[in-house]
Amino acid sequence: MAAMEETKVGVDADAASRLVKELRDGFATGKTRSYQWRVSQLKSILKMAEDHEHDVVEALRSDLSKPELESCLYEVAMLKNSCSLAVKKLKQWMVPEKVKTSITTFPSSAEIVPEPLGVVLVISPWNYPFLLSLDPVIGAIAAGNAVVLKPSEVSPATSSLLAKLVGEYMDNSLIRVVEGGVAETTALLEQKWDKICYTGNGRVGRIVMAAAAKHLTPVLLELGGKSPVVVDSGINLQVATRRIIAGKWGCNNGQTCVAPDYILTTKDFAPKLVDALKHELEHFFGENPLDSKDLSRIVNSNHFARLTKLLDEDRVSGTIVHGGKSEKSTLKISPTILLDAPRDSLIMNEEIFGPLLPILTVEKVEDSFDIINSGTKPLAAYLFTSNKKLKEQFVMTVSAGGVVINDTVLHLSVAGLPFGGVQESGMGAYHGKFSFDAFSHKKAVLYRSFAGDAPVRYPPYTKGKLRLMKALIGGSILSAIFALFGLSKD
Amino acid sequence: MGEVEKSLAELRKTFNSGRTRSVAWRKNQLRALLDLISHKEEVIFEALHQDLGKHPVEAYRDEIGVVIKSARFALNNMEKWMAPKKGHIPLLFFPAKGEVLPEPLGVVLVLSSWNFPISLALDPLIGAISAGNAVVLKLSENAPACSSFLAKTLPLYLDNSAIKVFEGGADVGNELLQHKWDKIFFTGSSRVGRLVMTAAAKHLTPVTLELGGKCPAILDSLSNPSDMKAAVKRIVGAKWGACSGQACIGVDYVLVEDNFKSTLIELLKKTIKKFYGENPKSSKSNARIINKHHFERLRNLLEDPLVADSIVHGGSSDEENLFIEPTILLNPPLEAEIMTEEIFGPLLPIITIDKIQESIDIINSRSKPLAIYAFTKDETLKRKILAETSSGSVVFNDTMIQFLCDALPFGGVGQSGFGSYHGKYSFDTFSHEKAVLQRSFFPEIEPRYPPWNSFKLKFIRLAYNFDYLGLLLLLMGLKR
Repeated sequence: MAAMEETKVGVDADAASRLVKELRDGFATGKTRSYQWRVSQLKSILKMAEDHEHDVVEALRSDLSKPELESCLYEVAMLKNSCSLAVKKLKQWMVPEKVKTSITTFPSSAEIVPEPLGVVLVISPWNYPFLLSLDPVIGAIAAGNAVVLKPSEVSPATSSLLAKLVGEYMDNSLIRVVEGGVAETTALLEQKWDKICYTGNGRVGRIVMAAAAKHLTPVLLELGGKSPVVVDSGINLQVATRRIIAGKWGCNNGQTCVAPDYILTTKDFAPKLVDALKHELEHFFGENPLDSKDLSRIVNSNHFARLTKLLDEDRVSGTIVHGGKSEKSTLKISPTILLDAPRDSLIMNEEIFGPLLPILTVEKVEDSFDIINSGTKPLAAYLFTSNKKLKEQFVMTVSAGGVVINDTVLHLSVAGLPFGGVQESGMGAYHGKFSFDAFSHKKAVLYRSFAGDAPVRYPPYTKGKLRLMKALIGGSILSAIFALFGLSKD
Repeated sequence: MGEVEKSLAELRKTFNSGRTRSVAWRKNQLRALLDLISHKEEVIFEALHQDLGKHPVEAYRDEIGVVIKSARFALNNMEKWMAPKKGHIPLLFFPAKGEVLPEPLGVVLVLSSWNFPISLALDPLIGAISAGNAVVLKLSENAPACSSFLAKTLPLYLDNSAIKVFEGGADVGNELLQHKWDKIFFTGSSRVGRLVMTAAAKHLTPVTLELGGKCPAILDSLSNPSDMKAAVKRIVGAKWGACSGQACIGVDYVLVEDNFKSTLIELLKKTIKKFYGENPKSSKSNARIINKHHFERLRNLLEDPLVADSIVHGGSSDEENLFIEPTILLNPPLEAEIMTEEIFGPLLPIITIDKIQESIDIINSRSKPLAIYAFTKDETLKRKILAETSSGSVVFNDTMIQFLCDALPFGGVGQSGFGSYHGKYSFDTFSHEKAVLQRSFFPEIEPRYPPWNSFKLKFIRLAYNFDYLGLLLLLMGLKR
């Protein structure tokens, strides 16, 4: 198919420009605006996911050695859920929102009409390459846009599978996949888009936003950060530990934007926590985690080197209290816990994005809030506690994209909550209706009649009109009525 | 300029202390702003007259009144806006509480414009304060009397440790843009909008850009003559009645069917005479061009001989008084600068077409404007315009008045900008909506955890489908 051939050769600036033009022409026909088109495309995504779950699992195994359950759950099932919700709610989402008008514009009626932005670009990452490619695309389609998807080249099997499946299942005149690396992404970023959605790191996020600035293109940036977990004492330690482990190592072996990055707990409680973690880790992954089939590998040798370097740093390696094993040939690193690595070490300053979990101890659990707020705002912040006051304090004072009490990562499954960052962790949000909104323009529409014109609006201006103007805007009903009926002639 | 660093450090310290987050602080600031306006109303009229020749009625309608309305609306609704919104949580996660909690972004930068130098500075400021932020307000040097007034007076009424005002030109603007902000709110031209966003990208600072464009007025045939008169009045009001055409949502050009052009031109002339008298230059109701630079820019638009030939009314100008007469042009060439660039002045091109539906193509051949105005009683045409064009807003049978509707978001799309404000949208644009999920330790869902097996896979599949019956059966061993 023409679409596939184009992407195989590699897209340069000319090809990118032609692609955008083609999609713009397609968008201009009005095809994407119809409810029927949008629903049919969404249903195609559902069918694609259902028919090819096995292929997706295989591709993810190839790209990340991702355990089958994680693939089925955190990629395919979540994608299908997102799609079903959109199919179910789309009619509702498309309905204009009627709004109240006030006496200042009487008589009038007003509404907010959602409309597609036009032709949008979705750039997705390698860690959840299936979900994070198609989930934003669902939002873009639901909102009635034409879409170009650029999947990550770091997960090539999934990228190639997406190109094939989108080519087969979707309307290629309006939805396309462009494969490739930095060169292709750069070529795409030079074009004028109506919105760009980028999921990835802050360094590239800046590049994307700067490229978007040239065309005044709005952006949705889903970035990352160091998502902290504060662990209080007096909690159900077993449950807390399991949830931390599930969110860290049970999600792509720590390579998740909202994975617990590091733990903050009191000096007194730390030993208990470390023991509990060790105990549950063995439960989950066995005595030799490097052999466990339930752990993703590190995605490639670059990241493997990056992570082992974090451990090798001088004053850091001595703080390892569990794990620390790695196998270069299989790109595996075992769940590793560190206790009080130096605050200025790399591992305590960069987003880890891997199976290493530093624990930082503090005197009082409240001290951890200041530590968190002294860093850049993360995508997620977690607190395990039974203390109501501490919960309230945490929610009010810790700023992050999202906050979860007594669990980790789960908020991503709740479609009623917006998923996005703040400051370094990103801008904008999606999931559920927020996806539809992210790819829409909310057009304000005001309907007026020809009657009901306050002469005070128009020149020649006089002191009398000023008086009336004040009454009209000031809102005094009686004087406004006078003004409306032009009862004070000048 | 250590001044900026020092100010920023102080603002961050104030914000981190939590002071700006209290409802009391926010409301006090807004009340202080209302006091300022009420005490200094005459001074503001004088400053606006000095900078732009605005009459007090225009000044009140477009600037003072807007700020008063905004501040009052924010005061009345603040607690509602600050309250967390419940999010729907699936039964599977029971017991759990999910909500979206708005929080201030931190230290924000508001860059305002010169054409509505009071309201475009204070209206975003109201939003930033309502949302609990510390603010730097950078005023436009092109409106020096207003800039000087605000720079001197705001510190007398507002909390200086949380709200700071900067005067100056591009150099001050550039200096400010080098720093890291938690949000930048910009009103101005697309050209500068790009610079602002590029600077913001270095720090991943979110921006709201309120830009401009060529806002067209579509004038369909109106059989009722009083409707036609009302329509023309509204068009005249939106061109010359708002800062002499220097308004982002003013009418830029008119589209009308060829057979109505004479009627339209006659009505326009009559209305202009009614509003401004025989000699508009001596009318006190006519605002002035802001400065020599824009005066020359506008005069140059008329230099093109083909454009000059198309003038059917007005065309004179007085450089010393920065006055340009209300000018009407009939079908200047579509490629002339007057039809490709935003005019932002008292020149009104009329473009005629065969059928009114063609206006849609003409509008779509240009970048998306901030507003589209359409005067028509034809419901089909209304629907077509809504469905086939894109703009920040659309108003049927009137002009500019969407600005006064607090329930409507005010902002652009495409080249006219992104983001919005007014009413609750002002609060939202300066807030971060934080998702909060609260869970309890009990009950536990075992299948969440490794080691994985086929039972757990089945369980979680059913869970993801929210198939509670299936889950129950599985747990009871009754599902294969």
